[in-house]
Amino acid sequence: MIEYGHFALALAFAVALVQGTVPLWGAARGDVLAMRLAPQAAIVQFLLLLFAFATLMHAYIVNDFSVVNVFENSSTLKPLFYKITGVWGNHEGSLVLWVLILALFGAAVAVFGRHLPQRFLARVLAVQGLIGVGFLSFMLFTSNAFLRMDPPPLEGQGLNPLLQDPGIALHPPMLYLGYVGFSTAYSFAMAALLEGRVDPSWARWLRPWVLAAWLFLTLGIAFGSWWAYYELGWGGWWFWDPVENASFMPWLAGTALLHSAIVLEKRNTLKNWTILLAILTFALSLLGTFLVRSGVLTSVHAFATDPARGVYILALLVIAVGGSLLVYAWRAPAMQGGAAFAPISREGALVLNNLLLATACATVLLGTLYPLILEALTGDKISVGPPFFNRTFLPLMVPLMVVLPVGAMMAWKRGDVLGVLQRLKAAVAATLAVIGGYLALVDPRALGAALGFGVAAWVMVGALVEYAERIALFRVPLARSWQRFKGLPRSATAMMLAHLGLGVIILGITGSSAGQVERILVMQAGDTVELAGYQVRFEGVEEVRGPNYVAQRGGFTVFADGRVEAVIHSEKRFYLIERQTTTEAGIKSGILRDLYFVLGDQSGEGWTVRLYYNPLVFWIWGGAGLMAIGGMISLTDRRLRVGAPKPASSRRGLATQGAV
Amino acid sequence: MKHLRKRQRAMLLAVALLLVGGATALVLAALGESISFFVTPSEIAQGQIDPEKRFRIGGLVREGSVERRPDGTVRFIVTDTVNEVQVVYRGVLPDLFREGQGVVALGTLDESGVFRASEVLAKHDERYMPREVVDALEQAGVWKDGAEEQR
Repeated sequence: MIEYGHFALALAFAVALVQGTVPLWGAARGDVLAMRLAPQAAIVQFLLLLFAFATLMHAYIVNDFSVVNVFENSSTLKPLFYKITGVWGNHEGSLVLWVLILALFGAAVAVFGRHLPQRFLARVLAVQGLIGVGFLSFMLFTSNAFLRMDPPPLEGQGLNPLLQDPGIALHPPMLYLGYVGFSTAYSFAMAALLEGRVDPSWARWLRPWVLAAWLFLTLGIAFGSWWAYYELGWGGWWFWDPVENASFMPWLAGTALLHSAIVLEKRNTLKNWTILLAILTFALSLLGTFLVRSGVLTSVHAFATDPARGVYILALLVIAVGGSLLVYAWRAPAMQGGAAFAPISREGALVLNNLLLATACATVLLGTLYPLILEALTGDKISVGPPFFNRTFLPLMVPLMVVLPVGAMMAWKRGDVLGVLQRLKAAVAATLAVIGGYLALVDPRALGAALGFGVAAWVMVGALVEYAERIALFRVPLARSWQRFKGLPRSATAMMLAHLGLGVIILGITGSSAGQVERILVMQAGDTVELAGYQVRFEGVEEVRGPNYVAQRGGFTVFADGRVEAVIHSEKRFYLIERQTTTEAGIKSGILRDLYFVLGDQSGEGWTVRLYYNPLVFWIWGGAGLMAIGGMISLTDRRLRVGAPKPASSRRGLATQGAV
Repeated sequence: MKHLRKRQRAMLLAVALLLVGGATALVLAALGESISFFVTPSEIAQGQIDPEKRFRIGGLVREGSVERRPDGTVRFIVTDTVNEVQVVYRGVLPDLFREGQGVVALGTLDESGVFRASEVLAKHDERYMPREVVDALEQAGVWKDGAEEQR
């Protein structure tokens, strides 16, 4: 069975080769038949890879341990769900998923992009095909998941227990849909450079793809951090770990791209910058793939023991990024900038947004790569910890958040800051009240926390005020407002939700980092301890059995004002096949606070336990969810429907609406 | 119009330069304080460690050295098989922490030569040794390259 999959993979490679070359030639020569080949090849390539992926999944489900990849990463004891998700829980399998998603986006462009000019579509799909060639050859030659072993063993080695979890099971597909989704932005940018023409309609074609990728990446990062929060048992949700940074950098660049594409669409300016951002966003996705997949992060030795992989993927990175930047340097000067604008204007604010996001992204990049570069150059081994990122990234985010609500209400071309502040007076008042109230009532010395809450209020109320003004809430009768609400473009609602979500995230981050209470102590059964106003009683430890593990389960009863507030179980699991221990933190989530208890080791009569009180932490993921919902709503906007034609009448309608 | 565009470009350049300058200043200020060097037990034994500075040590947890106190602190010895360091840590040890296994700890050295760890790390993936541990053992001459390739 698996041989069919292997064969399909090789066929897909051949199809990708054709897709990456013939349509390019056709587009240059004006050969219609050659150009028409592109969408067909893209769809065939996707179907072949889907089949290959299905055969691999089949091998996992039926426990075919004669397949090396299945033997190394699965076992008969594993529940079915984790057999399926285990397909992408390892290096080779995750690459199969990577190329499958790449081909999925190629096929989606082919299907939804039928209305695009034929030459342009052919070029987009050809570039998409070339990326496919790079990664398919990488798999076939260095990381093949479809190999057999002889003799087949009776039992597999199992999957890292940390990965046997619903959060991490869904994290890679989401993340890859985001990462790889930016390949479309890259292909659109390369095609535009080859055409030598960038205009507002290009930005309109690009936008849904960027939006979709951004939406999935947002969800993927949120899933990943949620998983880290409840599975690792460290009480935190973001560690500025290189692997996390690898996914965060494309997100920052992609967010900048989303905003600059708006300027290009509405005002026909920032052309070169938008193209460059599209290239860089995907370059950062590739860099992330390189960092995670080459092994340089886990160990320099892992890289050294299998140099073929690291060198191959590094070469791919150099060709993709270097090649596209060469084309950029060659073609970009030909594209003249569009309409001028005053520094104080919506364009100006969005440019500032882009500059700040790009700078922030650069500091994250520096902090991530610095240890690698320093070790390569001097041999010194250092690590760059979270304080570095907190001290560089956060100060750059503050001006961005301050400008955000103002910029969102500014007029195109020439804006009026005082007028906007006048309209934002509710947000200004809310911000000052929050900062003053926090300092006066909660903690007069916690200036940082007060400012954090203030910024959160500013962004949230700012987003709501902007929206209320659009529908003239409370200024006209409610029925009139309702009419205006129904007439609003969906992208306006989307923008409000995304910005609101950002404010909510800031609220969650500030609350959980400023208000976290941590207690580490040894408790015996029956002991009661106080934690942030709660009484926590330790009920002792019992042994329980799971499908493929045994666990020690500690029970806690939480009292508030003498009443039982929650019963929480924390486990320490020992996985039998993998011979590994994992911690399952016991978490009682709430909209105001999480109680987060970790069972440690036995020490004497008692057990070491770590108890956390994490206020408002829920809202970090709640905010990310709001952002994602915003992205989805924007995707359904009629004007932005993927690949929609652009009748002249709707274009005129756009210009008068002036909405984003 | 031309004049406006020129001014626009100058403004943009000024803002960009300001940002790059500000970011550079932030980075330089932060780097000085938030990077931690990696030190092996043998390097500590040679005694050129600044007691104020936070750094990381790596090595193996010596068999039989783990001692849990009722107050929740853990004491253990980290060795590169040539020299040893006594480590004190208060908290829950990572899941992969085991006697005879590799470990990395972040903290400071006190006057009596005891390493006070604020963090004890073990990597997510048990297949690999933490690279600092490999480096420590390599420097002590007991690690051969490629030995971790036994999976």
